[in-house]
Amino acid sequence: MKSYLLPQFAVYRDDDKCIRCKVCVRQCSFGVHAYDDEDDEIRSNESACVGCQRCATLCPTGALVIRQHPHEFRPNANWSEEMLLDVKRKAETGAVTITGMGNDKPHRVYWDHLLLNASQVTNPSIDPLREPMELRTFLGRKPDGLVFKDGRLITDMPPQVMIETPIIFSAMSYGAISYQAQLAFMQAAQELGTLCNTGEGGWPMDFRRFGRNVIVQCASGRFGVDPDYLNQAAIVEIKIGQGAKPGIGGHLPGEKVTAAVAATRMIPEGTDALSPAPQHDIYSIEDLSMLIYALKEATNYEKPISVKIAAVHNAAAIASGMVRAGADIIAVDGFRGGTGAAPRVIRDNVGIPTELALAAIDERLRREGIRNRASILVAGGFRNSADIIKAIALGADAVYIGTAALVAMGCTLCQQCNTGKCAWGITAQDPYIAKRLNPDIATRRLVNLVRAWTLEIKEMLGGMGINSIESLRGNRLHLRGIGLQEWELEVLGVKGAGQ
Amino acid sequence: MLDGEGPGPGARPGVAGVAPGAGCITLDALGRSYRELNRTLRALTARRGVSRISVTNVLGQRYIGTGLRGEIEVMLYGTPGNDLGAFMDGPVIYVYGNAQDGVGNTMNSGKIVVYGNAGDIAAMSMRGGKIFIRGNVGSRSAIHMKECGEKRPLLVVGGTAHDFFGEYMAGGTAILLGLNLGPGEYHKANFIGTGMHGGEIFIRGRVDPYQLGAAVKISQPAEDDMRLIADAVGEFAELFGYDVDEIMHENFLKLSPKSLRPFAGLYHAGSRDDSYNGDGAGECLGE
Repeated sequence: MKSYLLPQFAVYRDDDKCIRCKVCVRQCSFGVHAYDDEDDEIRSNESACVGCQRCATLCPTGALVIRQHPHEFRPNANWSEEMLLDVKRKAETGAVTITGMGNDKPHRVYWDHLLLNASQVTNPSIDPLREPMELRTFLGRKPDGLVFKDGRLITDMPPQVMIETPIIFSAMSYGAISYQAQLAFMQAAQELGTLCNTGEGGWPMDFRRFGRNVIVQCASGRFGVDPDYLNQAAIVEIKIGQGAKPGIGGHLPGEKVTAAVAATRMIPEGTDALSPAPQHDIYSIEDLSMLIYALKEATNYEKPISVKIAAVHNAAAIASGMVRAGADIIAVDGFRGGTGAAPRVIRDNVGIPTELALAAIDERLRREGIRNRASILVAGGFRNSADIIKAIALGADAVYIGTAALVAMGCTLCQQCNTGKCAWGITAQDPYIAKRLNPDIATRRLVNLVRAWTLEIKEMLGGMGINSIESLRGNRLHLRGIGLQEWELEVLGVKGAGQ
Repeated sequence: MLDGEGPGPGARPGVAGVAPGAGCITLDALGRSYRELNRTLRALTARRGVSRISVTNVLGQRYIGTGLRGEIEVMLYGTPGNDLGAFMDGPVIYVYGNAQDGVGNTMNSGKIVVYGNAGDIAAMSMRGGKIFIRGNVGSRSAIHMKECGEKRPLLVVGGTAHDFFGEYMAGGTAILLGLNLGPGEYHKANFIGTGMHGGEIFIRGRVDPYQLGAAVKISQPAEDDMRLIADAVGEFAELFGYDVDEIMHENFLKLSPKSLRPFAGLYHAGSRDDSYNGDGAGECLGE
């Protein structure tokens, strides 16, 4: 069947600059460029281009420019090009369109409508270059009160996990991302004194040495969940939902299930790795509580148990139930959260912004007097350090970064993670492509990103006259909304600018 | 049999007997919370020279043996609560009574033997080891069982199962013997093996094709399948006092996945693909 889809990208090659070195031919895993021996010419099949910019980035002479294709349909505000292409795509395949990465729709980004406070006259700013700034964070349930005897704390403290910066790496499974990429996350988390999350795809044996810096997931597929997996990690996270695909299970296509991935997940090579949407031992809050305590039993009550949900309607009530069910940490992932593969229609239409869910959850738990019983981790599209510090002021203990971390490694958000062809080697399983990602260089880039953001957070804290991240947590007086409606300010629990 | 009748304490000398022997310790669970009971079990398991623990008056305590490791035999008299032996790695548990939901949930290795019935999701996500249930199991049993290399979990159910038996099964072996079904009576479960993409289910007794999930292929067990069944049934019969030949006399049905990728044609990557020939997408839509 002839495809009626137009190419999305155009490839412009400056023949004067092109030296026929064929780097582009080798680098394009989508097969766009091909060298013609007879004519000594490189031809490009634009219709296969996904706009990942790998060829343009690596072209030694800068001969390539990849741009959106200039073809234009007759303008129609209702039937946009995207809508037309989607109909044509369905007409050709009869299948659900799946895609990688998070919601790319132009919904309001609340971080951009929140402004931070700064000290002026009445209380002094603090100079982070001269004074210590406390970013150290402890994740886990805190007791309802502290009892001291003879000056010594005698309250039994629930398990706590210490991180040096409130930035941790999101759940990304081995299988969804390459071995090299997961190694980079583990190394970076260790160097930074923070955490990374294995995702639900198991934990390769040779990564278990990073246990103190690793959160493992127990999700519906229970891939790779063995007693050592639970006991060697710092935190065990029950994954209920994911921001990019709330209510949808995992589906790692068979193309990405190599022998090593299969062994880690305990499934046959080349099969689809299916994690059903529900966990079949969880049909209620009571069932969730049972799994939480099963995991506590299995880990001898020595580890905080986290429960991750997608930001959805009533997230606050759900979170309240989770805390009462025994969760030590609540992770909430908004609709900007990335994914290796999700049905596009789900990604673009289900879930809510993480900002609103976070504010609602923090407010609800405070009102119910149980905020101390769980730490809140928030995920879903953090793009810079300002987003992060605003999240902490809205009540987060720490944030998960996923997409930003991938971008640090080279990702250009071409949304082809599910194809296994990632030209940057990040989400590829083909050894030839995956090897493009040097784990040590990727580690360096991740460490640099988090270090830079951590320094920026210190600068901003100092400007607010705060020297400890603890003092900012849930401190909404340090935020003001701008360009927001009444109801939005109310959900966020912040005043408007000037108030 | 359905009411958990069967050999009570002492009926199987050498295994079930509470009689103190070398390395056997008796524990009374009456009035003990699950947390305390499990802590004691773990401590005893770690103690040198203890190889068997007998627990009496078990009254619904959850998580017995959850996360428990080591070479130890635990005999439970009474009714343990949910998640018996979840994440368990190594021990052998005998239950002289019924078990509740989640027997052997995500179990890694070891053995669980239940002389009565078990509730829902028995052997869910089981990764290794063996589970023998003399009576029936509830819904969603053997769901998402998996296997890898040497690790091939086994679930043998003497009676029948409720719906979604072996759903999303990715590996291992589940056997339904139907010993308590009347002549000509069908197994109870519907949607058997829905979404199955690995492993195998063997059924003795009658099932109608409408009871099977769309992903399932039906065949007659091959010779090596029969050897596997005979071994499993042999162990089952020895545990519960049945005659192997009598069980093996009936026909077995083999259920296995039609495809390793039952949902492959349901999804499309979204980018333009000129090589696409228009077939395949409906491959499993219609089934």
